[in-house]
Amino acid sequence: MSNTLDVTAGWSRWRRSWWYHATYYAQTWRGSVVSTVFFPIFFLAAFGVGVGHLVTAHHGLVQGQTYLHFIAPSLLATTAMQQAEGESLWPVLAAVKWLRTYHAAAATPLEPEDIFYGKLAWVVTRSFLTGVFYTIVIGCFGAIESWWSLTLPIIGALVSLAFAAPLVAFAARSQSDGSFVTIYRFAFVPMFLFSATFYPVSAYPGYLRPLVQLVPLYHGVALARAAAFGQGSLGAITIHFCFLVAMALVGIAWGRRTMRRRLVD
Amino acid sequence: MTTGPILEARDLVKRFGDLTAVKGVSFAVEKGESFGLLGPNGAGKTSTLRMISAVSEPTSGSLTILGLDPRRDGPEIRGRLGVVPQEDTLELELTVRQNLEMFGRYFDLPRNVLRERASELLEFTQLSERANDKVDDLSGGMKRRLTIARALVNQPEILILDEPTTGLDPQARHLVWERLYRLKREGVTQIITTHYMDEAEQLCDRLVVMDHGTIVAEGPPSELIARHSTREVVELRFDTDSHEELHERLSPFAQRVEVLPDRILLYVNEGDDTLRELHAVGVVPTSALVRRSSLEDVFLRLTGRTLVD
Repeated sequence: MSNTLDVTAGWSRWRRSWWYHATYYAQTWRGSVVSTVFFPIFFLAAFGVGVGHLVTAHHGLVQGQTYLHFIAPSLLATTAMQQAEGESLWPVLAAVKWLRTYHAAAATPLEPEDIFYGKLAWVVTRSFLTGVFYTIVIGCFGAIESWWSLTLPIIGALVSLAFAAPLVAFAARSQSDGSFVTIYRFAFVPMFLFSATFYPVSAYPGYLRPLVQLVPLYHGVALARAAAFGQGSLGAITIHFCFLVAMALVGIAWGRRTMRRRLVD
Repeated sequence: MTTGPILEARDLVKRFGDLTAVKGVSFAVEKGESFGLLGPNGAGKTSTLRMISAVSEPTSGSLTILGLDPRRDGPEIRGRLGVVPQEDTLELELTVRQNLEMFGRYFDLPRNVLRERASELLEFTQLSERANDKVDDLSGGMKRRLTIARALVNQPEILILDEPTTGLDPQARHLVWERLYRLKREGVTQIITTHYMDEAEQLCDRLVVMDHGTIVAEGPPSELIARHSTREVVELRFDTDSHEELHERLSPFAQRVEVLPDRILLYVNEGDDTLRELHAVGVVPTSALVRRSSLEDVFLRLTGRTLVD
């Protein structure tokens, strides 16, 4: 019932799923918008200004940046990951199991793939818009030094897609949310803490550094940092970029299958 | 316009791994008809329904819906169907009206059309006063009616209903039946699964009786009853632990005797006459009831089991 070209051929259908998810958010957004607006300000004030004061006093600059400037881009990448988590696990399990609203959608002209793509498109849209806002906030804290910073919202969108695709795929085949908490505890929280988010990767002993390369969020943080400062080698940037794209593609290929299996049989 | 059936299934099979849920069913539905699939839970009704909704693909067999092939034209077919699933599948956090309008966008209907249609459908399902309430706050019957309204948002040519009144109280049930009857009068083709014989008798012009994934009988309800049962049934209860031992004694009085755990059914033409005859020979049940034959009796006759157990 589908082929590899269905992203373009099904566009007229999956944009309806995108629109549905966006409208649903627009009608239930009130809680989340507060955290979206205040979280970056609190984060930058507490870590950037507060902890940054100590770091600068004892250590001086970090990779040529004040501590505030150093951690500001990682905020964008980690938020994109968190939004992907929040959108992709419980809401998807609810839609395929508890409320079965995706089953209802699958009885309309939409194919399971359309529902899946529309969901991802919405997560990407949301992270992009959040990225625009965060870039402005980061700019207000004076942490933007390059025109490449204009790509920060796109980097946020890419990070969220890289996480959302496999997470939606996983949620679409889950029978309960038991494993979700485990994922949070043992994947997301460590990733948030150890992806060179708060310090450069050079803070790790040499034997640990290659391991950090395997952590998805690290690539998002590194990419955001490179964009904000307009520095970094082309080779490294390519690796970060390709890692995230590959993760998204694997997630999409997996999610197409799990979503179809869940909704159609 | 062709005048053939609006839906035609031939030798439909649905297999899930080792389990064969539907074992080769064939039927055709005419335009404007109310067609029923009657059978107990696990008979393969829902699997059949999901195939004829152009959602799940048949393992084998041929299927034509609105003259189209669901394997190729799934999206187009689904755009012209309305589906009321067994569970309501509504957005609980959204309002009644939002549920209708947002769902309508799946069919690419323009917003102004949807706004108007939502108002009409809320009127039709008697939900206008709850239009701006969250779905979470509605009663079961109201949610069911909203699900029906939602299935009508694209003005479907065929309305497919899976157990439309399961779990509803009698009053809510009658309200749903009455709305479905009105839709039928307006010419909407309906395909309904149910395990309630009274629902099938109320709603269906014609039906198939399903059991273990196959069709065991087909026809209009009255014809099925005439063909497979007698005019009347005498239900007797005795003060005994085993109704079974009365079987032999009672069989001369009826065309057929069915022994259920809690009662005995005598299939006869004139129930009152039978009761009188029994009385004359000294058979005294603790309770006796004469009623007309129903689809339940047809099912019992064909499968040896009751519909709802």
